Amino acid sequence: MNQVIRSIAFAGFTIITAIAAPQTFDFKDPKGVNAIQFTLDSILEPIAGTAGDVSGKVTFDAENVAATTGKVSVATSSLKVPNNTMTEHLLSAGWVDAAAHPEISFAFTSLTDVKPTGNQRWSATANGEFSLKGVTKPVTVPVTLTYLPGQFGARINKPEAGGDLLVVRGAFEVERADYGIKPGQNEDKVAPAIQLTFALVGGAPKS
Amino acid sequence: MSDPAAALPPAKTIAAWRILLRGAGVLVALFVFCFWAAKGYHRGWSQNQVRVDKYDEIAEIYYPTYEDRFVPGVDYLGGGIAFGVLLFAATFFGRRGPKSPTV
Repeated sequence: MNQVIRSIAFAGFTIITAIAAPQTFDFKDPKGVNAIQFTLDSILEPIAGTAGDVSGKVTFDAENVAATTGKVSVATSSLKVPNNTMTEHLLSAGWVDAAAHPEISFAFTSLTDVKPTGNQRWSATANGEFSLKGVTKPVTVPVTLTYLPGQFGARINKPEAGGDLLVVRGAFEVERADYGIKPGQNEDKVAPAIQLTFALVGGAPKS
Repeated sequence: MSDPAAALPPAKTIAAWRILLRGAGVLVALFVFCFWAAKGYHRGWSQNQVRVDKYDEIAEIYYPTYEDRFVPGVDYLGGGIAFGVLLFAATFFGRRGPKSPTV
């Protein structure tokens, strides 16, 4: 009898551990939805564009959201604005220098001020380092996280596949001069601050 | 000594060209304005690609996609009208034709 109870307890513990264990979410989205959006105020109209080639991994535990860590990167060459000539300028050595610095990344090591905002939803502040054009600086980014258990398979039209999704949203601002992008130049034409916003979905297939 | 006026086309031909160029200038400016207006009065820079946001219902996020479509902006409008005005203005320069023989 004791053996049976022990077996059941062990099985239960194993299941709970498996459920509660941190999961790694891959932000290389199979549907290509992920994008970082950037805006710089400018004469005539703001320069607004996106960077679509997002990749990275985030380790998340719904039972311990503050322990979330990860790194999300975007290919510099995927930066795009609606005007092709402007895109060429943007990727050139004077601006983001896509040839020499192929990646823009944000690596965060901790979440603070974690507050639940709904069912499987949290707001928090992500603390980490933002790298652009070869310069890395610490940043804090207000983020919201939405955990969607069991939705990974549904999203790729394979409900039987199971798996979970994690949606991370946030916005922050950096000074282009801090990252060596035309420091002190053309500030009358292009604002010194770059606004960055993102809404990214990561998937954790059922293992 | 040859008369330089003799090398010029007849006055009627020059006048016809002037009218043609002025008409072309007005037409170019009008066409550019109408095209710009028809494409949505875009008061920013011209666009080669237009951003269209789509919605992912499961992840509940909007994401950007791009359509290959030309949207003329104020640079197109300004350039086109300036070209039209140049065509029109050019007709006011140069000789008006062979001088009428004096009696």
